[in-house]
This record gives sequence, structure tokens and C-alpha cells, in this order.
Amino acid sequence: MNESSLYAVFINACLINNFVLAYFLGICPFMGVSGKLSTATRMGLAVTFVMLITAVCVHAVNLLLTLLHAPYLQLISFIIVIASTVQLVEMIIKKYSPTLFRSLGIFLPLITTNCAILGLALFQTNRGYDLVQAIVFAFGSGIGFTLALILMAGVRQKLDLMSVPALAKGAAVNLIIAGILALSFMGFAGLGAD
Amino acid sequence: MLPSNIAPINISINVTPVTTTDEFIKGLWRQNPIFVQVLGMCSTLAVTNSVINGLAMGLATAFVLVMSNILVSSLRNFIPRQVRMACYIAIIATFVTAVDYLLQSLSLTLHNALGAFVPLIVVNCIIMGRAEAFASRNTVTRSCLDGLGMGAGFTLALLCVGLVRELLGSGSILGVAVFSSSFEPWIIMLLPSGGFFTLGLWLLLMNWIKQRQLVGVKVEFEKEPSA
Amino acid sequence: MTTPSAPLQPRMVWYMYRAFVGIGVICTFIIAAVFLYTQPIIRDKQEAALQQSVLSVLGGAENKRDLVWRDGSLVLTTEGLATDGMDEKSARVYAGYDRQDRAVGYAITANGMGYQDNISVLYGYDPKADVIIGFHVLSSRETPGLGSKIGTDRKFLANFLKLDVSLNAQGQGLAHAITLSKVGQPKNSWQIDGITGATVSSKAVAKILRDSISRWAPRLKLVKTTTGGDIQ
Repeated sequence: MNESSLYAVFINACLINNFVLAYFLGICPFMGVSGKLSTATRMGLAVTFVMLITAVCVHAVNLLLTLLHAPYLQLISFIIVIASTVQLVEMIIKKYSPTLFRSLGIFLPLITTNCAILGLALFQTNRGYDLVQAIVFAFGSGIGFTLALILMAGVRQKLDLMSVPALAKGAAVNLIIAGILALSFMGFAGLGAD
Repeated sequence: MLPSNIAPINISINVTPVTTTDEFIKGLWRQNPIFVQVLGMCSTLAVTNSVINGLAMGLATAFVLVMSNILVSSLRNFIPRQVRMACYIAIIATFVTAVDYLLQSLSLTLHNALGAFVPLIVVNCIIMGRAEAFASRNTVTRSCLDGLGMGAGFTLALLCVGLVRELLGSGSILGVAVFSSSFEPWIIMLLPSGGFFTLGLWLLLMNWIKQRQLVGVKVEFEKEPSA
Repeated sequence: MTTPSAPLQPRMVWYMYRAFVGIGVICTFIIAAVFLYTQPIIRDKQEAALQQSVLSVLGGAENKRDLVWRDGSLVLTTEGLATDGMDEKSARVYAGYDRQDRAVGYAITANGMGYQDNISVLYGYDPKADVIIGFHVLSSRETPGLGSKIGTDRKFLANFLKLDVSLNAQGQGLAHAITLSKVGQPKNSWQIDGITGATVSSKAVAKILRDSISRWAPRLKLVKTTTGGDIQ
């Protein structure tokens, strides 16, 4: 039973302990998708949506596993839940908004191997959040992830117009940019403290 | 407009491994998962603030990689194409759970230091990538060697990043103080941004080395017999 | 991930079933084997680590016993700590005894928000002298080199060797809340010196202890053993 307030949970997940810039979760899509602002925003929102659903399902799975006294099945059940959620979200989006489905393209299945979603499930379990806290946590982390992605995409789009030395082109310069972003996010620490 | 008697030249660059030891070596350098393929960065950045953590994570990942490669390879004729992803994930998750418990039984302090990143080995792109790209198409021995090579390369990369971060951030290696007490540690190296910077700088170094190597690459030319 | 929608032949379906069931059996076997093999080892290690940290906050204690919340009061139990029935699931209480089997005090877990993330601590409390006698950080994610000093800085840890936590007149809360001492003013027995450069973390520790001890001290003064006698 975690006694943090909802505000603290949200701010913590979104800014202070940003999933990408503080916990290093979701780096693969962070590096891969942040080339253009539009794709970055869409990926971020898709991830937020999947996170919200996953948080609820993971809460249910934890209750079930406690009943069955089977803690060793935790990891497998989480991964199955995440894969199914992504599949479900893909089917729903395909049915109700084909344009969105086409613009998201390959990104949707890639969310399954996104460390951030599994990280969300594990943190939620380890910190013992109840259902409401878990939903706020998922929302906060999704927004934080989207924020980091948008910031990165903005910088990279500007960088495309400049001459980067050939030595640093690609992942190297992206990582250095990410480092500077992480540095700036450190300024948020202390927001949640009394 | 080209004259009609010049036939097209077929250029092929031979880089596929031929010998079995090459399967192992390619993972260390030429196809190093972190420095060349740039995969699996989540763990690299998170656990490398000390050398021992990086080593433990590298070995744990290598274990999962080798075991899942072996199992996927031995079952490759029984797994239908449509459901292969689900099967791979189940196998990988099994071995990650196993390594999690084994690590706990070996050293509680290491397990607590690595925290939630041991279960996160499941979504490490490297393992899934090797299962899909290699183990599902090759024999058990080759897959085992491939897993060992990739695992060794991964551990090597973690050691590189971890060494820099711990040396500059705590002034020690493996917990043993290296510099005198007057050394003011670069705390930033222990923080997330330090991880990003260190990996970025290592990649810069790798790019520079590759650029210098590219000058001496040999290409084999095969000329089509002219018509 | 969308596959072509051609109708599956029965043979393909059989192959899929075979793969799923086969892999399921193999995986279950592997997990169960590793789990059964490692569980006793892990339990022993965790118990040893807990023993170590409890004894470190209760100076002079040689062994510990667990406390359980039963019928509205805390009782000592030799059967080990049971979580169902515990009022606050997040806090654990242990009683420490010295070599002559005399009670030294209680070790209580507590946690709360620090600068970056949750801080989890274990502290020792002596109900007879109304003081906190030890402090140990179980886990924290404070800034390395600054906030992380709350677990290692010797001067900071010395704050907790004799921290006054006497109860007020009604016996239901602290007489003086634990706070950070102010520069230039004499330090009271219920105040602690913060760490320079880690004020937020130090204040967080003070708050965690304040909340926890004001809740547990009134209860711990009423603890009986399972046989009904006094903890002595």
C-alpha cells in the first residue's frame, strides 16, 4: 500500500523520474522514432494509451497471481498481457480509424518490445500502487515519455538543417543530445518533496 | 549511354562468417550489439554506473541469450511461422525468470543494485533479434556460439561504459579506490546524463575507428561473362 | 503483425497447438525447477540480511524476534512475521534482545518521499528511555554523492544514537516533533543536524521518522508477549 499522493505520483512519473531520461526505459523507440515531430507525437500518444490499459490489466494480473501464490509467473504474465494489449489496440485502431492506423504503421507492433511498458508494469508492482495510483502513474509516465520524445524530435529536426561532423552523425550525436536533455530534466528534482 | 558490349558487373562483398569460431568473434567486434547494431541500450545506460553491476548484467544477458538461442534452435522445425514471436517471447521470459532467481540466490546485493532491470532483459532487442534472425535458421552449435559471441560483445560494451563511468564518477574500479582522496569525483557520470554522454562518446570513438578501417576494405569482384 | 487471412488447415492448427503446448510444458518445467531450487537459498539470505540490519540499529542486540498485530494489539511471536492481519502493511516491527535475553528495543521500518524517489529506512527505538537509538537506510535513490550521504555520513548517523522521542501528556503523539536544527541556535535533544548540500534529503528523513515514530511509539509501549506477560 503506497501512501504517495496522486499529485506526487504524477509529477514523479512525468518529470522527476522521467522514464526515458532518468530510468533509461524506451531508448530504442526514443532513438528510432524521434526523427520527425509528427511521428514522435503519434508514437508517444500510442504508448500512453497502451500504458493506461496495461496498468489496469497488470493490476488485475497481480491480484490473480497473489491468489494463486505463483510469483514466478509474474514476468511471463506481464509480457503476455502487454503483447495482447498491443494487438488489441492495433485491431481497435484499425477498425475505428484506418488513417491513424496507416500513419502509425510499424510503430504499433514495436511497442511490444518497448522497455517502458514492461518497466511500468514492474515499477507499479514493486511500489505497490493501488488501481487509481496505477492509472495516474501510467498517464504520467506516458505523458513524460511523449514529452521527452517531442523535445528530442524538435532538436533533431533542427539538427537536420545543420552540418553535423560525419564522425558524430547518427546515434552518437543523438545520445549526446539525450544527455543534455537528461541534464535539464534534473532540474525538476525536488518538486515532489515537501 | 553505355556501349552495348559492356556487361553488368556483379559486385559482392564477402562478409558472411565461414568458420565456426567466426560465429563467436563476429559478436565481439564486427557485429557488436551495442557499438555496431546499436541495440539493447536500455540496460547499457541504466546499470553501468559501476563495473560490477555492468558485469553482472552482461553475464545475465549472455546466459539468457545462449540458453534461448539453444532452445529456439533445437525447436526451430516445430515452431510454425505464424506464432513464432509468441513462442520466442515465452522462451526468453522463462530464462529471464530463471536468471532472476539464480542471481538472487547468488548475491542479494547485486540483485538489489540491478533492481528491475533483470526482468527487463526480456525486452532486450538483442535477444529477440538473434532468435529471429539467427537461431531460427541455424543449427544448435552455431546458435550457441552466436549467442556466446553476442553475449560476450554485449558484456564487453557494458564493461567499457561502466569502466569510464565508475572511474570518473566514484574514482574506483570494482569498488577499489584508484585515485587518491584528493580526486573530486565527477558525480555527473553516475547520473543518467553521464550514461548518455559516455555511450555517445564511445560511439564516436567507434565511428572514428571504422572510418579509418574503411580505407583498407577488400572487395571481391565477380564479372559476369560477357554475352 | 497482421497475417494473411487464408483459412487455416487443420494440420497448421495442430502444429500451432503442438508448439504452444510443448513450449508451455518445457518453460513450466524450467521455471519450476529453478524456483524450487533457489527459494530456500533466497529465503535464508534475506533473513540473514534482515537480521544484520536490525541488529545494526539496535546497539548491543544479538538476536531478534518478530512482532505481529493480533486482536488490536502487538504481540511477540516466535512463529515469524505474518503479513495478513498487519495493520500497516508497509511497516515491519522487530524486537531485539541482547546476549542475556534482555530487551534492547524495537526496530521499525518506515518509508517516505525523498528528493528523487522513495527512501526506505530502518530505525531502532528504546521505549523505556524514549529515544531512537539507531538508523539505517534500506534503499534510496537520492543524488549520489549528496543525498546518498544520508546512509553513509558518520556525523549524520550519529544524530540517531540518542534522539529524544518522548510522548506528550496524552501519550498519543510526540511531545516535540523531530526537526532539523537551525544554524546558530543550540540543538535540542529532539533535533538532528542536516547534511550540507542535502537539506531536502535530511528533511525527508526527519519527516519519515516523525510520522513513523508518532504512530508506533504509543503502541509499542503497550506490547505484551504471546503468553500475556510484559516484553521484559
